[in-house]
Amino acid sequence: MRWIWIDRFLEFDSGKSARAIKNLSRAEDYFAEHFPGYPVMPVALMLEGLAQTGGILVGEANDFREKVVLAKIQWARFSREVLAGEQLVYDVELLHLRPEGAAVHGKVRVDDALVGEAELFFAHLDQSRSQQMFGDQNFVFSGELKYVLGLAKAAARRQDPKVTV
Amino acid sequence: MPTQDEIYSKVSATLVEALNVDEEDIKPKATLQGDLGAESIDFLDIVFRLEREFGIKIPRGELFPESIFSGDPDYVNNGKVTEQGLAELRTRMPFADLSKFEKNPEVNAISDLFTVEMITRYIEGKLVEPNGN
Repeated sequence: MRWIWIDRFLEFDSGKSARAIKNLSRAEDYFAEHFPGYPVMPVALMLEGLAQTGGILVGEANDFREKVVLAKIQWARFSREVLAGEQLVYDVELLHLRPEGAAVHGKVRVDDALVGEAELFFAHLDQSRSQQMFGDQNFVFSGELKYVLGLAKAAARRQDPKVTV
Repeated sequence: MPTQDEIYSKVSATLVEALNVDEEDIKPKATLQGDLGAESIDFLDIVFRLEREFGIKIPRGELFPESIFSGDPDYVNNGKVTEQGLAELRTRMPFADLSKFEKNPEVNAISDLFTVEMITRYIEGKLVEPNGN
């Protein structure tokens, strides 16, 4: 399974906010174990979805020059279980962007009902240290994640006026 | 211009949120790392929140200087901060209370300078700066 927890951007307002969706298919591996016969989306993975939506928002704000890593979840609240077959909508708003990092506020909705909320904090990995550890390559925005935004851009050119990147 | 008490109570509220500690643990002399369990990433979080809360700009390294001495022998000798180092600290962190630190200036104890009242004093100074924001 690939580590990509959003399917598509619906809206992307550079440096401000982003909305992405994630469809939950019962065929996804984790539903087999979580839980047998009762497929609940793990909250940690919803946080990952928010972090990916927010991480791309933060990364794009600096043209993906920075390596953006999730550093801290300040708080998170979830109010109900989400089951296979439902569709998650991740709404993320940029609260703060500085050279050292960024903070975002995220909401998770199913059918317009709020099921979770969190504030996430991203750090820009120290340039010199990360080069030492990982080389020049931007391992955060290396592949799949950036393609998702590419898709959003393509969609924007095609039709959706809400996507402004 | 908020009073010192108002600033202190906003700083406390900020720390309660950033560090997930109880309000009663926040005392003027409480150290961020030792008493309140702050980790390195929390310092950045605190800076973000203070900027939002007070509507000020906190330049990188101003409130929480990183590697002030960077191993410079003029500043640190045998694990102790030298007179020259202390002078540097006074210049860089005029809002920190060095009175206790000066008596036994072990470089490892620098983090104890980061206290709740230090942040409060820093914010006070920031709010009276003519171009503080």
